[in-house]
Amino acid sequence: MTKKHVSTTINGDAIEFLCDPNDTLLDVLRKELSLTGTKEGCGSGDCGACSITLDERLVCSCLVLGVEAEGKNIGTIEGVSNKDQLHVIQEKFLEHAALQCGICTPGLIVSTQALLKENSNPTEEEARYYLAGNLCRCTGYDKIIRAVLDAADVMRGAA
Amino acid sequence: MSEVKEYKYIGQRSIRPDGFEKVTGRANYGSDLNLPGMIWGKILRSPHAHAKILSIDYAKAEALSGVLSIATHDDFPDLPVEAVVAGEGTANLRDLAQNLLADEKVLYHGHAILAVAAISEAIAEKAVNLVEVEYEILKPVLDIREATADDAPILHDDMFTKGLEEVPTVASNVAARTEFRKGDVEVGFADADIIIEREFYTPTVHQGYIEPHATTVSYDESGQSMVWCSTQGHFDVRASTAKLLGLSLNKLKVVASEIGGGFGGKTIVYLEPVAHILSKKSGRPVKMIMSREEVFKGSGPGSATRIWVKIGAKNDGTITAMQSNMSFEAGAFKGSPAMLGGMTIFTPYDVEHMYAECYDVVVNKPKVAAYRAPGAPQAEYAAEMVVSELAAKLDIDPIEFRLQNAAKEGTQTIYGPKMKAVGLVECLEAAKNSPHYQSALKANQGRGIAAGFWFNIGGMSSVTINMNPDGTGTIVEGSPDIGGSRASMQMMAAEATGIAMDKFKPIIADTENVAYNASTGGSRTTFATGMAVIEAGEDIVQQMKERAAAVWNVTAAQVDWIDGVAVNTAAENRLTAAEICAGVGRTGGQISGRANINARGAGPSFAVHVCDVEVDMETGKVDVIRYTAIQDAGKAIHPSYVEGQYQGGAVQGIGWALNEEYVYNEDGILQNPGFLDYRIPLASDLPMIETIIVEVPNAYHPYGVRGVGETGIIPPLAAVAYAVSDAIKAPVTDLPCSPPNVLKIIQSK
Repeated sequence: MTKKHVSTTINGDAIEFLCDPNDTLLDVLRKELSLTGTKEGCGSGDCGACSITLDERLVCSCLVLGVEAEGKNIGTIEGVSNKDQLHVIQEKFLEHAALQCGICTPGLIVSTQALLKENSNPTEEEARYYLAGNLCRCTGYDKIIRAVLDAADVMRGAA
Repeated sequence: MSEVKEYKYIGQRSIRPDGFEKVTGRANYGSDLNLPGMIWGKILRSPHAHAKILSIDYAKAEALSGVLSIATHDDFPDLPVEAVVAGEGTANLRDLAQNLLADEKVLYHGHAILAVAAISEAIAEKAVNLVEVEYEILKPVLDIREATADDAPILHDDMFTKGLEEVPTVASNVAARTEFRKGDVEVGFADADIIIEREFYTPTVHQGYIEPHATTVSYDESGQSMVWCSTQGHFDVRASTAKLLGLSLNKLKVVASEIGGGFGGKTIVYLEPVAHILSKKSGRPVKMIMSREEVFKGSGPGSATRIWVKIGAKNDGTITAMQSNMSFEAGAFKGSPAMLGGMTIFTPYDVEHMYAECYDVVVNKPKVAAYRAPGAPQAEYAAEMVVSELAAKLDIDPIEFRLQNAAKEGTQTIYGPKMKAVGLVECLEAAKNSPHYQSALKANQGRGIAAGFWFNIGGMSSVTINMNPDGTGTIVEGSPDIGGSRASMQMMAAEATGIAMDKFKPIIADTENVAYNASTGGSRTTFATGMAVIEAGEDIVQQMKERAAAVWNVTAAQVDWIDGVAVNTAAENRLTAAEICAGVGRTGGQISGRANINARGAGPSFAVHVCDVEVDMETGKVDVIRYTAIQDAGKAIHPSYVEGQYQGGAVQGIGWALNEEYVYNEDGILQNPGFLDYRIPLASDLPMIETIIVEVPNAYHPYGVRGVGETGIIPPLAAVAYAVSDAIKAPVTDLPCSPPNVLKIIQSK
């Protein structure tokens, strides 16, 4: 198979890579670009561990082909914090103990960021439905939802 | 009960020290390690549930360009019938090898047969598909009733039921019978005014960790190898892998990656020995990652069960006798937690007459693995359903009924010891007084109450705390951190030494950098490894005092240690930990504290859950609308992570009660090996999970700690299912309470 050349932007960096036409964007991120913060839990779009943004749209990177990244703007967990300063969402996840094993956490943080961009003041129910595509087996979601709602409050206050 | 102590550090809600890596994506999990020259391993799995392997022809796979090695069962040396540690139980070495790569038979859909390593995943996968296996297909047995029928196909010709009075002469799918007894249930039932008996069914479920099993193994020419893997116990991975491959322990360095959930399912090896074979044969590092489908098909589910329960009580609410006959599916190889079911089923109760018979039954499904309090959720589900029904029939409040019969200090258990101080009564009182229990229900709603008991374990832990020249220190421990345990180690080190929490960095060392630690399982880590941290901390305090004494030319007895500072009682001199550490060159070398312990005295943790559901009578859909989890922590080191264990256990149990089950067709082919069709709870399925931490200290731990990880999954099965019964006014016996199952009960009323 001849590899395809792709030019894209990831977390603000101009990136070029080669991939097979059938490589998923998740595979490219993890294997080609060593951006292993994006996790694979199922490979079928069911668990949300590989959540990223593609031109601001929240997607499962396991359901996107690497070649589809051409000319796009990709956001991953590695781009959420600002230099040595955690994002409020990350701080709130830590403060509320919203992670146990942490494997779903990158996906949940990327999804939460997308949620709060669309809706700066979600209700508990809105947060639960928006994040329904991000599976967590450890926490029972309680502390995640508290972290998300608290982060929303702080971000609204700061905005 | 011991006196209430004042603590400076423990009990706070500190930020976990490993959290920053985990919220930024920097933390490295099982599949995150890449090595130079690394190649990829893939497994060929059986398309049949039960078949003889007549031949395996992998010539075409081997000839494919890019394929570098192939592993089959023949690559294992001849293995003795020997038990190795596997999670909270043991596994037979031969069975383990046959589970890793099938020998003469495949015993379940997805059973591993052969593995290929190639320069890319795509080539490895292509090679696997080129392997030709000839099968003689056999009839599968998919359930306890089928397995125990007179004409049942037999999985293992050499398996004869153990524990029968007469030694059997015919092979059977029943691996073992065990019984537990106290008093005489016939006497107890004769005393009863009311007796209820029912049979319950619980399906095969999966632990459902989000991170699939993954490993990278690198073998070198000197015979040394490095195994990187996601596991609850890297020392046990080392032990199993070494035994399976005939290696000495010092040839294998096992590094525990961060672990993306385990719940008991990551206590045994599936990939590591196979990747080792592939790496050795190819001379290249080999990485293997299970797909989600493989996780469901090939790794540890929890047992399906059939459990019959009979309980008698007097009109005044005294339970007189409790009896059970329970069968647990082991999957393809013997070793279900049936015995643990028998030990736990009635343990929340102080009743004179009890009897439990337990059967371990093999079926053509994946070999079960430990799943959070293995055996207890299914067994206690059956007992709690009948207890609640008895309370209702006797018109006694279900909490009062349980209080009247609750196990407490001095209660004789069915399995041997007498109870030490435990917190069941306190949990029941807290439930009774909770705002939730005092709230009213509406139409189509129901409420369930259930108690849960789990032993918890201690076991071997080794910890070294190395102090740095600036007075900071590294806690070198060996218990994979599956839910925030580094935070509790940091807090206990600070409490024991008086040195501030942020001065300590806890790390999980590999098998070469710390002495043996038992797996993170049995709710042991904060209890046992915590105890080792405390002991290592006390060792540091002692050394600090000696060093200060040397500086002051006094005896160590003349030095007090107050909040991390040495104080000379004779001359009012002070030396901080940092000052002592800076001067160790003059007082005898570096300071490190050490503890290698086998922790005894693990304290049982009881829980009581309250669940409200609302049932859609037209569709049978059940919504959990309010949930409260109450549990005895002994002492909560980090309350947020203790609550997290309660909430996580509760929600896994809710999933078990409402939706989760392996669905097989009649040929034994798994129909739902994915998260879309094996539906674990989503955020949108649930309410907030209220928690109440009860603290009845465990006298055998310096700070009173009881393990808290497992008990929380026990009560939800009955709390949810009884709430459904209460709402639909008809008994539920079979899980899950999925819409079609519930609708069937509603329609047959």
